[in-house]
Amino acid sequence: MSTTLTAGPAVGTTGRKVTGRGVLRSEWVKFWSLRSSWITLVASVAALLVFGSVASFTYSSDGGAALNGPPGAGAGGPGDAVSLALAGSTFAALGVGVLGVLMSAGEYGTGMVRSTFAAVPGRLPVLWAKATVIGPLAAIVAMAGVLAAFLTGTVGLDGETIALSLGDDGVPRSLVGAAVYLGLVAVLGVALGSLVRSTAAGIASLVGILFILPGLGSLLPGSLHDSISPYLPSNAGSSIFALQEASGSLSPAAGLAVFAGWVALAGAGAAVRLKKTDV
Amino acid sequence: MIEAHELTKRYGDRKVVDRLSFVVRPGEVTGFLGPNGAGKSTTMRMIVGLDAPTSGSVTVNGRPYARHPAPLHEIGVLLDAKSVHPGRSAHSHLMALAHTHGIARSRVDEVIEVAGLTKVAGKRVGAFSLGMGQRLGIAAALLGDPEIVMLDEPVNGLDPEGVLWVRNLLRSLADEGRAVMLSSHLMSEMALIADHLVIIGRGRLLADTSLSNFTRQAGGGGVKVVTDQATRLRTLLAAPGVTISSPSDEELTVTGREAREIGTVAARHGVPVYELAPQAVSLEAAFMDLTHDAVEYQSAPVGAGRKAA
Repeated sequence: MSTTLTAGPAVGTTGRKVTGRGVLRSEWVKFWSLRSSWITLVASVAALLVFGSVASFTYSSDGGAALNGPPGAGAGGPGDAVSLALAGSTFAALGVGVLGVLMSAGEYGTGMVRSTFAAVPGRLPVLWAKATVIGPLAAIVAMAGVLAAFLTGTVGLDGETIALSLGDDGVPRSLVGAAVYLGLVAVLGVALGSLVRSTAAGIASLVGILFILPGLGSLLPGSLHDSISPYLPSNAGSSIFALQEASGSLSPAAGLAVFAGWVALAGAGAAVRLKKTDV
Repeated sequence: MIEAHELTKRYGDRKVVDRLSFVVRPGEVTGFLGPNGAGKSTTMRMIVGLDAPTSGSVTVNGRPYARHPAPLHEIGVLLDAKSVHPGRSAHSHLMALAHTHGIARSRVDEVIEVAGLTKVAGKRVGAFSLGMGQRLGIAAALLGDPEIVMLDEPVNGLDPEGVLWVRNLLRSLADEGRAVMLSSHLMSEMALIADHLVIIGRGRLLADTSLSNFTRQAGGGGVKVVTDQATRLRTLLAAPGVTISSPSDEELTVTGREAREIGTVAARHGVPVYELAPQAVSLEAAFMDLTHDAVEYQSAPVGAGRKAA
């Protein structure tokens, strides 16, 4: 049985080295070889599609939306076709965020991390590779979900005053913005999971940052709240895909920059912890 | 070759590994022995850069592990069977590791076959038995066709066939000129595999010696003689430098004289001898002797436990 080992240098094992591309392929294989990845990804798209279409179909101009849009988006008004279509974005954000956390923190829970970092002792390439796999993937899948929700929604909103079509001003920007936001949330999940090294703590911190922090922000005294609130991760994130720029919130571009900044900050924290602490 | 120099790891004020220096040479199986909690696993994690030493250094083929462009080709490790995501198949797990180094799928299939996992390669690792998990870990260690193979407790959970397989595998790897290092807390298993022993206790080096040397030092257990004329034989054998004890009426334990001499003396004087056996101190006993003071978790003597209860 050991003869296969003794037969000289084995095929395909010589003259190789760890490359960024190799680590990326490794993370790609890791991602798709887990059932939980599929389930979470499908659930996120389903949330976008189902909540978005239900919100659009149950909308009536006199009674307002049966399901409100995501916090921060189109707040106060009767809503618009885009914010109705994006009704599921909160749930989708939770889904892809958890997916990101599972990708990084999940390895600590199972012990896989020792295999991973024994193969890639530089460690940081693994973090970048995870972000590179999940970020675009979540954005692309979210794009499909958002688009499907919007198109289904136009059927439900047919004849309503708030109905919009893909060609209308700002609509493509909003929808793409939502997809980009969800891609960044997934990357945030990877960073947080890698930072705290535990799935439960990772999900908790994700939920805290995205959904609880804005609520806490409102406890601040008025003037302070007005100046800080738009820069909180979730509020900055929502302004990326808001169709109309609400007063007191950031422009889409500024929102994108601020939210990306938060993600980068979490990523930097994760990188430092990865380099400094034992596995 | 693995070279540890004054390797130290401290957690808080507890030194888990304490100025440990040793060398693992190619062409040999080096047994890394110590009681539970002696610092074996920590040392192995430091070798592959998962833990950073508090002080001191360790190199793999002349360089710190993390400085190798393709570490899996230098050293293959089995740290513990749980370094795998249970939701992934064995094949996917190995492919994920192989991709990092650009190792071909054919090599993955090859190590799966060597480890005897062909039939279960597509199954979720979570459904594996402890033994199958160990085999997967060993397959992963062999993936890069490394010059050094380092295994932490590889025979844990293996059935007798698996234990034999590991033994033969490690022997053949060493015979090919690779350096093999394996840890165990079982001296008996080590005696069958190792050429060289590095024994630690409480993080400190206790012995760094060849197995044959260790065996020889442990060998002075005397000769057991059973006869119905114990008192007479005792006087006949008495000489300076010879100590004789008598565990029972018909039994003598003689140190300082070879079994052959004792037999000759007895025959010359017509003393019937029913049993004549040189007593090798078991390696297990020698190991226990050596590590006695360095045992982290010592069980109370049975009697003491009873009294307390």
